[in-house]
Amino acid sequence: MKILSSGTYSDRLVSYSVIFSLIWSILGMAAGVYVALELVIPTIDFGQEWLSYGRLRTLHTNAVIFGFGVTALMGTAFYSVQRTCHVELFSPRLAWFCIIAWQFTVLLGGISLLAGWNAGKEYAELEWPIDILIAVIWVCFGVVFFGTIAKRKVKPIYVSNWFYGALIIVIAMLHIVNSLAIPVTISKSYSLFAGAQDAVVQWWYGHNAVGFLLTGGFLGMLYYFLPKQADRPIWSYRLSIIAFWAFTYSYIWAGPHHLHYNAIPDWVQTLGMVMSIILLAPSWATMVNAVMTVSGAPQKLKTDHSLKFIVLALAFYGLATFEGPMMAIKSVNAVSHFTDWTVGHVHSGALGWNALITFGTFYFLVPRLFNTQLYSKRLADIHFWLAIAGTMLYILAMWGAGISQGLLWLALGDLGELSYGFREIMASMQPYYILRVIAGLVFLSGAVIMIYNFFRTIAGRKTATVQIPAPSIAPEQPVAT
Amino acid sequence: MNAIDIHRKLEENAGLLIFGILLVSAIGGLVQILPSIFQETVEPTAETRPYTAAELLGRDIYIREGCSTCHSQQVRPLLAEVIRYEAPAHAGESVYDRPFLWGSKRTGPDLSRVGEKYTDEWQRIHLINPRAVVPKSIMPAYPWLERRRANAGKDVHLRMKALQRLGHPYTNEEIERAATEVAGMTELDAIVAYLQSLKIDTSVDPSEGGH
Repeated sequence: MKILSSGTYSDRLVSYSVIFSLIWSILGMAAGVYVALELVIPTIDFGQEWLSYGRLRTLHTNAVIFGFGVTALMGTAFYSVQRTCHVELFSPRLAWFCIIAWQFTVLLGGISLLAGWNAGKEYAELEWPIDILIAVIWVCFGVVFFGTIAKRKVKPIYVSNWFYGALIIVIAMLHIVNSLAIPVTISKSYSLFAGAQDAVVQWWYGHNAVGFLLTGGFLGMLYYFLPKQADRPIWSYRLSIIAFWAFTYSYIWAGPHHLHYNAIPDWVQTLGMVMSIILLAPSWATMVNAVMTVSGAPQKLKTDHSLKFIVLALAFYGLATFEGPMMAIKSVNAVSHFTDWTVGHVHSGALGWNALITFGTFYFLVPRLFNTQLYSKRLADIHFWLAIAGTMLYILAMWGAGISQGLLWLALGDLGELSYGFREIMASMQPYYILRVIAGLVFLSGAVIMIYNFFRTIAGRKTATVQIPAPSIAPEQPVAT
Repeated sequence: MNAIDIHRKLEENAGLLIFGILLVSAIGGLVQILPSIFQETVEPTAETRPYTAAELLGRDIYIREGCSTCHSQQVRPLLAEVIRYEAPAHAGESVYDRPFLWGSKRTGPDLSRVGEKYTDEWQRIHLINPRAVVPKSIMPAYPWLERRRANAGKDVHLRMKALQRLGHPYTNEEIERAATEVAGMTELDAIVAYLQSLKIDTSVDPSEGGH
């Protein structure tokens, strides 16, 4: 610990969070492939409760979002906040606590889900004891992060930090409000909200967990690592300001599009729809800004695998943030709601955007953290193509399944009778579900290759010590340094 | 002082930035959620009543097994959907639902009107081995439900008491009676009781639509 506090960055905890995040990515995605296979061969849960679809799917989403995603966000936030502020972390001990305690919490959470502790709210399934742990660690995360900003030596707060900051603040607000419940036993509680009210609160949480964690948090990652890797400043800093505030303001309104044609007031649905469409503007403003930043470094794009992943992630970000507002239009939603189209949409974000930008960032970070070269660029290239193929196959399979499902459910004959029975439609999904398993395996195998590559890169090495630059070279203008 | 200069202040003051994010991000939620808490109190429909002890235990098993990851409980007011599942959902039907279980995915059919569509016996066979009655079903089997007591935790009265505190109109007698009522019931009995309770509220005029 002592070495860390003498004018060098606290990077060892970043190395650990990268490793933990990678472990969760494999566990979470493997669980995903397994549940996908259960929808093809339902008997492979072998009559075991903990392997049952309802429990394992919940584990899948929690492991990838809270294990893989949040651990990566914590690590990259700690890495970039030090370098944009030119100081060591505020309380590295507390930062270590955040990283380690978070791993235990996600692990406990995962075990509790398999044991059947389930609060029943999507992406907020963990029961109250674990919710409290999450809240405590999150506050510590905020203390470390904003504490570091408070003691910074660079006057302006760089844009990546606003996004990480919004992640910390808004997720704290959402998590605490949505988890309010009366405990009955250690493993059971009842939500403070009921019925339609609970639905509105839940999707305010659910949509904005996507908004401020899976979008905003990872935009923080983008704003630091993209300019850094492209070796160019952000194309328009002014645009980044406008896009940030427009994003922070408008995202929060869009939750009710998850409840179109449900039993909530019409005005709430309409407002949710309109704001979802407006959201396209700040989402794409950020994308344009990032694409223009990279376009200054076209040569690098051909050779640099980290940048390739980040730019591909941007493409999927653009796709998902366009598709989302379209699906929020009520007449489109009449077809897409409750279908696999939604699942496909989530994965074009989760695989295409979140996973790929994290992989790109890790390809940047791992060699630097350990002061070495990547073991194999060839393996990184293979991973790149497997990642594209897996994501595209997944999205196509779910578009096929979702759109046909949605249309067949609504199809009526000449006499106004239903054209297809539910079971018939369900059975016709099998080819798509098989394709999805293959897509998942392709994506997962790419990730396994990446981990092998990283393992060979860092085996036997220690995290390098990086000196904090002297104040005289601290830039006046906000740049990713 | 132009907008960019004002922003410079935010960029150079962490406290202002935190406050700005909190303020800006809170507005949307406040506008959408506060009215539902303070103004538009949803009244239960005429036939909506709190769950019986057995139904409540069954519902909690439904939550535990993640049934709502594949089954919606929300009939949308769309023509084909109303033909398939009868009356559209009414907000008043969900007032005793903590949490709500409308779902976001319909891998299996909607269940909000499944009550009494099938016999208890069909439901039991189906839960233990779905493919015994629906050959192409991809639903998991739940053999363990039959082996376990529904009130094994001896906490059904605690569950009802917690809900009473949240405003569910349980009488103290109902709560005291609960444990005896469910004595000897398996988890399978409880979840079947819950499924059979999911019925159309005939007191609601369907032309009223969703809410």
